[in-house]
Amino acid sequence: MILALAGNQNSGKTTLFNQLTGSNQRVGNFPGVTVDQKIGNITGQKDMSIVDLPGIYSLSPYTNEEIVTRNFLLKQKPDGIINIVDATNIERNLYLTLQLIELKIPMILALNMMDEVQANNGSIDIIALREALGIPVIPISAAKKQGLSELVEQVLNTALHKTKPERIDFCPAGEDPTGAVHRAIHAVTHLIEDHAENQGIPARFAATKLVEGDEPILDALKLAQNEIETIEHAVCEMETETGTDREAALADMRYQFIEDICKKCVVKIKESREYQRSVRIDSVLTHKIWAFPAFLGIMLMIFWLTFGVIGAPLSGMMEWGIDELSGAVDDGLTAYGLNPTIKSLVIDGIFAGVGAVLSFIPIIVTLFFFLSLLEDSGYMARVAFVMDKPLRKLGLSGRSFVPMLMGFGCSVPAIMATRTLASERDRKMTIFLTPFMSCSAKVPIYALFTVAFFERFQVLVMISLYLIGIVLAILSGLLMKKTVFKGAPVPFVMELPNYRFPSLKTTFLLLWDKAKDFVQRACTIIFLATVVIWFLQSFDLRLNHVTDSTESMLAVIGRGISIVLAPLGFADWRVSTSLITGFIAKEAVISTLAVLTGAGAMELKDTLYSLFTPLAAFSFLVFTLLYTPCVAAVAAVRRELGSLKGTAVIILYQTAFAWLAALIIYQIGRLFLG
Amino acid sequence: MTLKDLSVGKSGRVISVGGEKVLRRRLLEMGITPRTVISVKKVAPMGDPVELLLRGYVLTLRLEDAEKIEIEEVSS
Repeated sequence: MILALAGNQNSGKTTLFNQLTGSNQRVGNFPGVTVDQKIGNITGQKDMSIVDLPGIYSLSPYTNEEIVTRNFLLKQKPDGIINIVDATNIERNLYLTLQLIELKIPMILALNMMDEVQANNGSIDIIALREALGIPVIPISAAKKQGLSELVEQVLNTALHKTKPERIDFCPAGEDPTGAVHRAIHAVTHLIEDHAENQGIPARFAATKLVEGDEPILDALKLAQNEIETIEHAVCEMETETGTDREAALADMRYQFIEDICKKCVVKIKESREYQRSVRIDSVLTHKIWAFPAFLGIMLMIFWLTFGVIGAPLSGMMEWGIDELSGAVDDGLTAYGLNPTIKSLVIDGIFAGVGAVLSFIPIIVTLFFFLSLLEDSGYMARVAFVMDKPLRKLGLSGRSFVPMLMGFGCSVPAIMATRTLASERDRKMTIFLTPFMSCSAKVPIYALFTVAFFERFQVLVMISLYLIGIVLAILSGLLMKKTVFKGAPVPFVMELPNYRFPSLKTTFLLLWDKAKDFVQRACTIIFLATVVIWFLQSFDLRLNHVTDSTESMLAVIGRGISIVLAPLGFADWRVSTSLITGFIAKEAVISTLAVLTGAGAMELKDTLYSLFTPLAAFSFLVFTLLYTPCVAAVAAVRRELGSLKGTAVIILYQTAFAWLAALIIYQIGRLFLG
Repeated sequence: MTLKDLSVGKSGRVISVGGEKVLRRRLLEMGITPRTVISVKKVAPMGDPVELLLRGYVLTLRLEDAEKIEIEEVSS
């Protein structure tokens, strides 16, 4: 038996899903789009799986989330729907409910956060609500695990007996200004009944959507021309009679019905304590002046906790663990007498390469942990509110701000965080721009070079690098807005939910998912990339194993690339080779330079003087700042974009941009410095 | 007047909702239908967007979108 869980954003849907399934869930993708499809088995029930549909406000065909939900409900035909509704925000939540009911799938209403309603002296007459909607209504509190067993029992009952919703007609009582809408819907239902049945679409749902002007449904029904004309005629009549157009007429009808229900069943809360608390918190966090220092403080704290307190030490431990393991395996393999080339593959290739990426996991997970706290607490929506205006100039919305900012820590969680953005366009553009934010793995490179070349201006040079990244991101954004992402952005109509304590269970399940996902990728894409680099490093063109890394294929490629890099001021092949290994992890640039020049950590500084002039060093830093994201970030881009082509475009674009920027800096700089 | 002209602390009743197709649909779905009473709670620090209270929940809108909503002021 398959159940679907549907509801608005911020209705507690994910919390309910996690409570119902425990850790017994798996994440997939809805076909064709990067929208998560989570499936789980209901704890304690045999053969009852439940699909967590994305949070949506309506069954319109506009966003990916809406399309995915519609297709799932219409094509997969689940045995039952659990519609979760936030009882503290019942009017708007029921708007989706009315559309779901029209699908004629066995359905029950889970009235969430009833504890909050009661604590604020509000009440909802469950029996009257059940009567009015014609579907079972179960009051629950997902966060406090109240009413869940009743919910499961009722779902089982409804789905097993295939109890369809009792009514699909939503005529407001009393004077009837929307009678015309009903006449239109009935006329259309009558007309298309056979077509709808043939296509397996519930007739009433199809009719309502046709009256509303829904094109995908119109196409799906394959109506004859005269039928389409009859429908349009009915709609025209309705529009004249109601004095408004089709979309407004339907929205109005639904909301009127909802208002009538609420008048009868709901004792409204004037201002809930949760709302008052949110207003108090917002009196600082979205305050005219304090909003900015507060935001800066929160972000600095997150970065400090990630890189200073939690993530970095854990990463250090992880690195140590991998080193120890690698050492032990090395000893073991040596004792066993394994072929030295194969041993080198295991130790120098896999352990060193995958290990370098894996040791990032604690940082990635910690950053992502804070990100999801920001999201679940409701603060992310506030940041979007505060930062929307400047980002709009790039054609983005305030929602993109935090993911991009996270890019200064690590592009991987930053790119993963774009998943929560409302529109596909915003998501793509944010993924495109995030790599411009200089990530923390580049700091060791900056540190080494600035100490060597710009000792007196170290801070200044560092800051200028970050600024160059930001400025170029803005320029790229403007360029994209004018070209690839031309056209109207998706409207920014965003709910500001009350602040809530994030559910730790939800957060940790999410972290577990993301970490697992990352390790999986580390074992595929990243594994492949490290093996390729190892292969190039260990063999020469005649496939002989090389002892001197200067003769390897990688060195040959490095020499080739160095021709292209010469106009940027660094023609030495060792530098270009180090940039190639930097693809695995950015800090590998330094270790490769050290290995290839045969310089120890102490002498590396002196060696750099022989490779770079100060101007070339700066040009090199700008190039490192901008060129292709590391393999882990590329894997994340590939995952979130869901497109190989798009990923390739990002790599090429970044690298070309880096080359151009470094070229301009070096050549113009030379004019001035002689 | 439009919702954009409503100052903080004031309320208005929706007369009609305009805007491009997707925006308009979204506004309607979020409960901005004729006769709905909306009050303006706050303006973002940089002057845009605005924070609104309607149907018991808080919604944010950009001024350019709020301008598409015809209202009449009511005393709250």
